[in-house]
Order: sequence, then C-alpha cells, then structure tokens
Amino acid sequence: MTIALNRRHLLAGAGALTVSVVLPGAKARAAIATQASRLALKPDQLATYISINQDGSAVGWVGKIDMGQGTDIGWIKMIAEELDLPPERVSMVQGHTDLTTDQGGASGSTGIWKAGAALRNAAAEARRVLVEMAAEKLAVPAERLTVVDGTVSDKSDAAKKVTYGDLIGGRHFDVQLEWNHEIGNELLVKGKAKPKSPAEYKTVGKSGTRRRDVPLKVLGKLEYMVDVKVPGMLHGRVIRPPVAGAVPIAVDETSVKDIPGVRVVREKGFIGLVAPKEWDAIRAAKALKITWSDVKPPFSGNAGLYDHIRNAKVAKKDEETNVGDIDAAFAKAAKVVEATYEWPFHSHAPMAPACGVADVRNGEATIWTGSQKPHHCREGIAKMLDLHEEKVKVVSMTGPGSYGRNDAGDVTMDATVLSRAVGKPVRVQGMRHEGHGWDPKSPASIHTSRAAIDKDGKVTAWHFETKAFSRREFFRDEGSPERTLAGQLLDWPLKPVWLFGLPGETYGFESRRKVSTTIPPLLERASPLRTSHMRDPGGPQTHFAVESFMDELALATNMDPVAFRLRYLENPRDKAVITAAAEKANWQPRVGARKQASGNILTGQGIAYAVRGESRVAVIAEVEVDRSTFKVWARRFFVAHDCGQIIAPDLLRLTIEGNIVQTTSRALYEEVKFDQSNVTSVDWQTYPILDMSQAPEAIEIILIDHPEIPPGGAGESSSRPTAAALANAIFDATGIRMRQAPFTPERLKAGLA
Amino acid sequence: MARNYPQKEDDVAKRIELNVNGKMQAIEAEPDMPLLYALRGDLNMSDPRFGCGLGQCGACTVLLDGEAVRSCQLAVDSIGTRKITTLTGIGTPEKPHKVQAAFIEEQVPQCGYCLNGWVMTSVALLEKNPHPSDAQIRDALSGLKCRCGTHVSILRAVKRAAQA
Repeated sequence: MTIALNRRHLLAGAGALTVSVVLPGAKARAAIATQASRLALKPDQLATYISINQDGSAVGWVGKIDMGQGTDIGWIKMIAEELDLPPERVSMVQGHTDLTTDQGGASGSTGIWKAGAALRNAAAEARRVLVEMAAEKLAVPAERLTVVDGTVSDKSDAAKKVTYGDLIGGRHFDVQLEWNHEIGNELLVKGKAKPKSPAEYKTVGKSGTRRRDVPLKVLGKLEYMVDVKVPGMLHGRVIRPPVAGAVPIAVDETSVKDIPGVRVVREKGFIGLVAPKEWDAIRAAKALKITWSDVKPPFSGNAGLYDHIRNAKVAKKDEETNVGDIDAAFAKAAKVVEATYEWPFHSHAPMAPACGVADVRNGEATIWTGSQKPHHCREGIAKMLDLHEEKVKVVSMTGPGSYGRNDAGDVTMDATVLSRAVGKPVRVQGMRHEGHGWDPKSPASIHTSRAAIDKDGKVTAWHFETKAFSRREFFRDEGSPERTLAGQLLDWPLKPVWLFGLPGETYGFESRRKVSTTIPPLLERASPLRTSHMRDPGGPQTHFAVESFMDELALATNMDPVAFRLRYLENPRDKAVITAAAEKANWQPRVGARKQASGNILTGQGIAYAVRGESRVAVIAEVEVDRSTFKVWARRFFVAHDCGQIIAPDLLRLTIEGNIVQTTSRALYEEVKFDQSNVTSVDWQTYPILDMSQAPEAIEIILIDHPEIPPGGAGESSSRPTAAALANAIFDATGIRMRQAPFTPERLKAGLA
Repeated sequence: MARNYPQKEDDVAKRIELNVNGKMQAIEAEPDMPLLYALRGDLNMSDPRFGCGLGQCGACTVLLDGEAVRSCQLAVDSIGTRKITTLTGIGTPEKPHKVQAAFIEEQVPQCGYCLNGWVMTSVALLEKNPHPSDAQIRDALSGLKCRCGTHVSILRAVKRAAQA
C-alpha cells in the first residue's frame, strides 16, 4: 500500500494557481493568477470561490474550515459535481483570511448547509461560463456542448474539444454573482446557472471519496498549529491567578534571572513572559514570583450551582415562543406534570491546551491560529493592535480539536499581546491545567417543564423554561478584544451578550410556550467560568430536559414513549426518524420501566429525538447498568438521521459516530467543578471523559436521504438527543429518572437507595 | 493550582545522546527535561505531541525498545541507549505500518491530534498480542484520550490491523 499525500495546508502557502500566461479572455480577467495576486476578496465575485488551474483542475476557496469531519470533501464533491470534474481534480483552500472571504468559519453546522449552497451555485455558474467560453472558441452553440472530466466537446463532433485549463487555466474568472449582502454563515451567492438536479448526480450522495488529511495525520506528516515555527520565534506563557479575578500587583523578576533569555511582560492585569526555549518558558512561568491582588474568592463552589441559578435575578428573557392559550389549558387541566432538569458547566477540553503564534512587527501582524473562526480572529486582533484589518493576516492551522469557541481565540490574543510587547514572533501554548481551567465553558443551566393533561389523558399544554448563564462570548467569537482573556485583563469595556436558545421540535400540543432566560455571570471579567458556545450550543442540555420530560409525560398518560411521540409530533420527517430508529432497535412498546430479570446487569432502551436547523435525528440508546457499581455502559445506539440531501454518506456516518460518543461522554461523565477560588477540573483526572473501556460496542445508523431537500447541517444534530436517550434508557433499566447530568454512579446510587 | 514539572535548583544543561528512529542524535539539555521537549524542541520533530504533560492522554507516546511510553513523563537523561521510535519511525507513505494502513482505511481521525497515542499503543499491543480480543484491545487502549469521539472507528481499525 502506497499512500499519496496531498499537503492541503501547504497548498495555501505554495500557491495553487501557478500560471503566469497573460491572455485576455472573454470572461477571464487578464491577471497573473498566483496566490500572491489573489484578487480583492469581493463576496460577489465568482473568482472569490472558484478558480481553475492551468491543468484544468479546480480550487474551491471557502471562509470556513473542516474540523476533521470531512466537510472539505463535501465541498469538493459539490463543486466537482457542478463542474463535471472528478473529485480528485478539485481541492479546497479553507479559512485563511487573505485567501478566503468571511463565511463565518466553522460554525453552527453550516459548512455544507450554507457555505455548500454558495459553493454549489458558484461552481454551477463557473461551468456555465466555461461552456460559453468554449462555445465561442469552438464556434459551436453552447447547447451542443457537453463536459466530461473538465473537457468541453461537441456532442456531434467529439474532435471539437477544449479543456477547462485551455479556456481559463491560471486566470481569474471575471464574473459577478448575485450576493445576498450577508457575510459570515448567512452569505449566499447565485449565478445565472441553475445547479444540477439530483437525478444527474455522479458523486454527490455517494461514498468513497477519501479524506486527504487522514493519511497525513496517521503518518505524522500534517503540520499542526503546535508545529508552526517562525524564524526568531520566542516561546511565551501567560500566568493565571490562583484566585479568579486577582491581578498582579508586584512581580519579582529576580526569581527567573537564572533561566536563559526570560523577559517578563506585564500590562495592567495581563502578566506573561517569553523565552527562547519552550522548556525554559515553562520553568520560568512556574518560578516567577507574583504578588496577586487580594480579592474575595468570587464563587460559592459548584455544590450550590443550581440553587444559585434558581435564585439568580433574570438578566434577560432572550427568547419566547407561544402557541394557543396556555393559561386556559392549565386552568382546565385534570392533571399537571412538572419536572426540572439540571446541566453543569462543560469544558471544551480539546486534546491540548490551545496554541497560537503571533508576529506583530512594523505595523503589520501575521497570526497562526487553530481557531475555527480565523476571520473573527483577525477582526479582534486588528482592534487590539489598532490596525486596519488588511494589515492583519490570519493563517488557519489544524488545532487539537475544536467544537465551538474554545481557548484558541484566547491564546492567539495572548500571543499577539506578547509579540507586540517584545517585537518578535511569539508562540504560546498553555499547560493542561490552563487549558481545562481557563477555556470558555459551555454554560450551566436549569430547565423546567410543566404540562397540562385533560380528563381524557391528552396533553393540552406544555410550558418549557430555561434559566441559564448566557453564551456570552458568542457574537463573532474572539472578534473583539473584550471577548478574550487578554482583552479583559487589559480593561477593554465588556459588551455582554444574552443568549441561550430554545429547543427544536414539532410537538403539536394545543398550547405551548417556550421561554429562554439568562442570568449574569458569576464573575464579570477574566473568569475561568466565562461562557461560550460548545458543540450544539444549548442543544444537548435543552433536549435532555425536553425529551426526558416527554418520556415522563408518556408515563403520566399511560403511553409507550415511541407511541407518545408519534401521537403528538406534526412533521412527517420527525415521525419518520422515530419510526426508523424504533424499527432498527426492535423497540418493544411499554409503559414505564421494563421488568428486569434477576442478575447484576440491568438493561434498558431509551428514545429521544430533536430537530436542529433543517435536520432531525432520533436516537435510541441501549444501556447496561451495573447494580453493584452503579456504572452505566452505553452499549449500543440506533440512530436515524435526516439532514436532507446527503453529500458523502460514509463521512456522515463517521461524523454521527463522533457526535454520539462525545455527547455520551458529556452526559455520563463531564462536569466542571470549582471551589470558591477557581475551577478545580484542571486535567483528565479531575475532568474525566469517556474512555475506551466504556466506548459503545456499536452505533447503528440509518441515513434517510432526501435528495430533493437542500442539505441541512449534520455536524451537531446527533449531539442533540443523545443525553436524553441515555437518561430514558437508564429509567427503563432502573426506574430511576435522571434529572441532573452527568449520570454518575453517585447519582444513580442515590436514586437506587 | 497544579504545576507539573519539578524544577531543581542545580539544573545544568548536559550533553545527552538519544537513539531516535535508528539515528543517534546529541542534544544539550537539562537532565530532568521531559523527553517530549527534546524530541519536539531540540530535535525539531512534530510527531509526538504535547497533550497534557501529565501522562494522562497519550498524545506524546513513543516506543521505547518497543514499549509504548509517555514521553512527557520521562526525563531525557533517563533514556540511555534505549531505542526511541516515533510515529514517523514506524511507517512511511510508501510502506505504512499495518496499524497506520488500517487507521487510514477506516478513516479514523477527526482532528487527529491524539492519534499518535492510539497508533503507537496499538502497535505495541499487536507486537505482544497479534490477535487480541475486543476486551484486550479496550484494556490496552484505556487511558488514552480522544475528544472527537472516534473510539468506535479506532476499535474497528485495530481489529482490521490484527487481521492484516
């Protein structure tokens, strides 16, 4: 076996377009189309999204990034399909701010859903323009031309032919697109061409296009963010206070005088240092004697977290939806059911503390980041440095996993502040306890559901209310200094965002109200518990609450959980995923927890479903609960997944597996602990995640393809119902209703006692 | 707050020779510096990676005379003449190790940052036990971390490699 390596990340640096032939073409701008001469990235220009190399291969340019699920392969397939090229002859350039337009970075499962739509339209238009150019060149009417593998030929005279490379290779398209005047996730462009109908697809919807980053990763050949080395680069470390909120008031630099080349950088609340060798920077950060301000420990410890949320003043009601007369329905109720569910802070906890490199010199900055939002990163750094955004170039690198706004934006800003201070390139990577301890957290929340049941056992009203910390660092992520730790330590004015979110479902109860409220943070500035979005922001927790409650309602109305959902759900696609999962799992209808045979292992199945954007997923979890240890093993899953049109089924399956396993980890094990002073979940011992010994035995996936419906997102949808499916399975196995995550042996033991 | 590395007052840089992927290399380093920093910093390698510095995740795994060890936990001066093998030392694009070939076939990694630990530990496992059971694989790989949740495909890949 020989593996061809395609160094995607080198592509951007080395130049994908290498031709210097200048030919005036009808639709091509006569320009030397190297990467250095990449046109101004106007969102309404075809050249911003698609280019053709001299050899006729194509490059897609996108302001988003694949985070390891093969989103790039999805884009490649969509572009290849429209251009009539084999996928092998299409490559992607992703995320770099000087090469791609702002499409919001990796965000909200919109890679295929939204950027894919724009790239598909752009590629269709590129093909239309190329055929038109060929018609002119071959003197054959366009409707008589056909394209096979990038060669345009006359249907009635195959000898008359021209390749994409001959037509435009190496030069830019000069074609204007219709643009919806949005930037970020919502950016959409359209040309005159209509994309193909699904009946014509050759590669979209089929498996087998291999990811190009995989061999590089497996063979140790991929250059990661942590591997970036810049000539003259110093290693930096930022030192965090032992009590959150404290700032340095005195620094004894003699404490590090014996470590070679150390330079301390202190600005307001920010304290860091640089050294030529990484190990020396680590030693110095440990040895540096700092006197911290004497602040009152800001927290009350995680034991009192939910009481705090319950009693906290609501800062903002950020969303509400209403259907029908809910008060009247409760007034007439024969029975009212109510329950509250609680979900802790989670750490993004990527595989390594984030790393960033900044080179701030001569009124310019080059930044290397693992952030999933390089354009936002540029925006924030430009503000911090008071530079025009064009003077800041952000190079997108593969980080140690990213599932939302983790610590990558913070570390990149730390490196920027250090580089500005010392006038040299600086690389920063924290230690493990800084990664876990100080990354922005997924917010803790409580969710209350109340339902009215009439005398006939019909659910007539449902009130759902969330009270949670806001996803404060949400809006454009690190796109402004005050949304980074460094910016907060440098006293940038805070601009709080109030946002949590509502569940996605189609339960057709006659009256219903969904409310989301948010509360102020425990510590306003530079908090280790400041909050951001983490994979399916708000999703796993709200659907843990909603879908656990639906099982409670099924029991209260003497119904089987699957039958209950099918009775009240309105959307046929929602019903279809539930039916498909139930069939695959051989679901046995029942009311309440099943009867267990004797023995130490209790087994159970639980179902949950959710809608996310244009996608919907039903998950059935099968668990084993050990009666002696109270440990839960999520042994098998059955997942029915409908995200509209499927682009790459094989990669979609792997994406779903990752979602299921990661959310199982969150539901069964994860909880950020903190004492009065600081976060105490600071490594993999104090913040355990799922281990191989507890990995599921099987995840059986049913993909429901709707080629006629544009693709919705798939990066997060299956994260949504998984925690509830597990809680419902635990109930089926034990009769114990888990209303607080994670579902640890301690909590089960308390319930079984 | 936990700080992970002991620092001795009498740290003095010392010449140390290391046998890395079959090649002898000399560096000047503090004797108690972890091997990981010698490989990544002094020898400019990128295949073992810093994940936790605590021996809890496995991203820094190398083989030491065929045994999978955490290079963040070994003082560089303690290695002696033992043979260090890293991820790039077990296979190449032309001749990938069967574990690497299986991980590629199963398209295992998402971010791939942790992958080094899984591949190297699986290589060491299959050397000792060429046909492990599911339980033996899980046992050998417990203690490694993957945040993307690729565990199920890792199990498939190790089983595939065992059959290769």
